Amino acid sequence: MTNPNTLLTAWIEGVGLLGPGLPDWPTAHAVLTGEAAYLPGPMTAPPPQGLPPAERRRAGVSVKVALAVAQEAIAMGQLDARQLSTVFASSGADGDNCDAICAVLASDDRHISPTRFHNSVHNAPAGYWGIASGAMAPATVLCVYDACFGAGLLEALTQVTVDGNTALLIAYDAPYPEPLNAKRPMPSAMGIALALTSQKSPQSLARIQISLTDAEPDVLADTGLDALRLAIPAARGLPLLQALARRQACEVVLDYLEPLRLNVAIEPCR
Amino acid sequence: MNTLWLSHFTATSAIGCGLDPTHTALRQQRGGLAPCAFDTVDLNTFVGEVAGVDSVRLPAHLADFDCRNNRLALLGLHQDGFMAAVETAIGRHGRRRVAVLLGTSTAGVLQSEQAYRRRDPATGVLPADFNYRTTHNAYSVADFVRTVFQLEGPAAVVSTACSSSAKVFASAARMMEAGLIDAAIVGGVDSLCLTTLYGFNSLELLSTTPCQPFDVERAGISIGEASAFILLERPASSLNSDAVLLLGAGESSDAYHMSSPHPEGLGARMAMAGALKAAGLQPGAIDYINLHGTATPSNDAAEGKAVAALFGDRVPCSSTKGATGHTLGAAGGLEAIIGALALQQGFLPGGVNTVNIDPGIPIQYLNANRNTAPQRVLSNSFGFGGTNCSLVLGRAG
Repeated sequence: MTNPNTLLTAWIEGVGLLGPGLPDWPTAHAVLTGEAAYLPGPMTAPPPQGLPPAERRRAGVSVKVALAVAQEAIAMGQLDARQLSTVFASSGADGDNCDAICAVLASDDRHISPTRFHNSVHNAPAGYWGIASGAMAPATVLCVYDACFGAGLLEALTQVTVDGNTALLIAYDAPYPEPLNAKRPMPSAMGIALALTSQKSPQSLARIQISLTDAEPDVLADTGLDALRLAIPAARGLPLLQALARRQACEVVLDYLEPLRLNVAIEPCR
Repeated sequence: MNTLWLSHFTATSAIGCGLDPTHTALRQQRGGLAPCAFDTVDLNTFVGEVAGVDSVRLPAHLADFDCRNNRLALLGLHQDGFMAAVETAIGRHGRRRVAVLLGTSTAGVLQSEQAYRRRDPATGVLPADFNYRTTHNAYSVADFVRTVFQLEGPAAVVSTACSSSAKVFASAARMMEAGLIDAAIVGGVDSLCLTTLYGFNSLELLSTTPCQPFDVERAGISIGEASAFILLERPASSLNSDAVLLLGAGESSDAYHMSSPHPEGLGARMAMAGALKAAGLQPGAIDYINLHGTATPSNDAAEGKAVAALFGDRVPCSSTKGATGHTLGAAGGLEAIIGALALQQGFLPGGVNTVNIDPGIPIQYLNANRNTAPQRVLSNSFGFGGTNCSLVLGRAG
């Protein structure tokens, strides 16, 4: 028999974050603890590290965001990227690329660029992550529309608890340009990464335990931050990051897939 | 890995809707590839199109999901009593304990491709009847299936190009072992669209003849479409000897190139070795390998090196893509089911269209059926971005 209240446990080794007005984890940390006000602003994705020049030039926004947050989380946890299985979770593939392909296919000349085509796959950031990091470990790539963060967290926690892996969750989104943006509005790109292990280490920031629940998801007190949480699927993870930043044992409820939510218990290590 | 039971499964592809026509076509070595007459496509290539997709009608309460990919999904769900089997499983386990984990690479992107032709000439706005969430978005197919069965459990689409619907087995096995679920609908649905046809054409990877995996003359892929569904559960206390079990899954990444495989097939070899390890088996325990076998010169050469390195030339292998075409995000699920049919029906399917087996690839490639009953088979699925997944399936007795 199985336990209907299954509890999955891991330790958080590192965090990465990039979003509008949130250029990195230290800045976000101050905003999430209330030490600094949240000031929405444009998001700038740094050029991806570790890629050969041709690939670096061709990298779209989603690749840049995913690699930036992944590298921030790994650096914080002092982890070897090659040893980590990865869970990428995104509500869409590269929006600019998709728009360009659809526009060409609707024109009289349907010659699409081969680079655009191989960058059109949903797992392009995972492919570039492998090339940049040399990681031959398993990489999975999920799409669960607005529930991507919760689904990615659940997948990463099952990898850690069942396979004993160290897993890196990389939840990221990038908006479509018009005309698709009108059908799937998103104000900005954003990414959140969490490095998760099965054993507590000297680098561990906190213990995380998740279970399925029916409870209402937590909202953020700062209305600007909460608007962000609701506007970008990856940002649905912000209440977890706020709990982590506050360094107090607490539980938060994250959005997942109707009627399910994720109950997340955070117990700081230091 | 804990062994799981494929308690029910069904496949719909260019070689047939449901298991009986699929089995018959494989026995007769009859392929389903035909010159491409899809939509407005003007390419000199063959495709594995599923007959009758256009005439599928979604019930009114699911109308928002209407697109070729979800029509193909529904056509597939209606075969082989699969829907009744899912309802029985829901009765046994509950709506929250049955997950939906499906692979796709295309979802309903065709809907956006066609909507772009109908943009407002003045404003560029997409037509009002276009619904992104329920068609184009990769999750739409899992959302559709979850809605069809009114399920309330975990769900996800895995979209890792051509390994998508193999990797869902691994994900389901983990969720089951973690205790989150008691059953999962896994598999994949991928449908013809312009992005993949013109995209593979841009990479000069489309064959102008029906694709010929592992042939010395092989010259690229033929794109197909399919829906493949498998109900995964923990093994019942007593199983018929022809029950099919998932014994192991192995995943890896090439970390090499976006659209070319590792030349030595290193990632592929790691995935196969991982699947054997998860199953607790040595290479000698495998009786047949359903190859990824896309029929591009470099893919087959790399996979051949990986298979030869692990298995030598002892294990009969074939690619069934000569019959079905490369069904991309549905290939892993479809070919797992072909492996399951081989186990249940006691034969090894030979690859069609392959005339002169490439002598430079030192594996035992079958281009004719063999009446040998396998006990355990391995199925390979590899994709763009250097993503690899191998599955080991076996008979219960």
